[in-house]
Amino acid sequence: MYWSSWDAFWAMGGHAFFVWMSFGALFLALAVELVLLRVRRIRALGDIEEERELEAEN
Amino acid sequence: MNWFYFSSPSTFYGLAGRLAPWFFALAAVTAVWGLYLGLLVAPTDAQQGEVYRVIFIHVPTAWMSMFLYFVMACYCGLTLVFNTRLSAMMARAIAPTGALFTAVALWTGSFWGKPTWGTYWVWDARLTSELVLLFLYFGFIALSNAFEDPRRGDRAAALLAIIGVVNLPIIYFSVQWWNTLHQGSSVSFKGTSMHVTMLTGMLVMSFSAWFYAAGAALVRVRSIILERERRAQWVRELKEG
Repeated sequence: MYWSSWDAFWAMGGHAFFVWMSFGALFLALAVELVLLRVRRIRALGDIEEERELEAEN
Repeated sequence: MNWFYFSSPSTFYGLAGRLAPWFFALAAVTAVWGLYLGLLVAPTDAQQGEVYRVIFIHVPTAWMSMFLYFVMACYCGLTLVFNTRLSAMMARAIAPTGALFTAVALWTGSFWGKPTWGTYWVWDARLTSELVLLFLYFGFIALSNAFEDPRRGDRAAALLAIIGVVNLPIIYFSVQWWNTLHQGSSVSFKGTSMHVTMLTGMLVMSFSAWFYAAGAALVRVRSIILERERRAQWVRELKEG
């Protein structure tokens, strides 16, 4: 372990803003992509279901 | 072995579904390991101080932004030469994740640049060519969706992607060809100038980014296959929640 305390870790030698803005943005971007992937899959499956129902009606 | 077995969307759909969770699991494990090394174990950088730790996400995302573009362009080549459907779907599946990594590489570089260079942005060769890469991804996505007939979109976008490959060596060699503000490579084929823990952390994070990208592309291609093959018999018979 390099750090002497968790406070020192979060402070990042005075560069906390720049370091955490970088890491935060990456994790936010990945979270958004994972949600969008899920939404797209649910939609695709929903469209197939709709198509099946239409066919059943005809 | 029949090499073309999995080139059919219907068979690849199942394979992608089985592989994706493994890629995500490997991505998570390597991310924890890499972040542990990079944020908790690696010593500080003598010149830049703690802000250098951005390197553990900046370099992997930047490498991945270029690598994914290359893979996407290879799939586009297959699309144009063999007129295969799955290759075009894979290219479409990779593009958003490639754009995401490009955007993150630019963003993290910017937040690293401010404390070290004194500016968030400068029109230097490395930064500008990476920005061009982002626009190439956007252009690819826009063009592939610009046609009523998706097969025409596939081919038009494939052509754009292949022409855009020219940009990759420009990004890679920009720090040598031009006098840029961006620092030169710390890692090259000749060796490295880095501390071993720093290097290990960066490489582990790069594997993590690769695993994540593979997982995301495979999940996305499954949705693309369902969207495009909606009227095919095998999709109709699919039983999934």
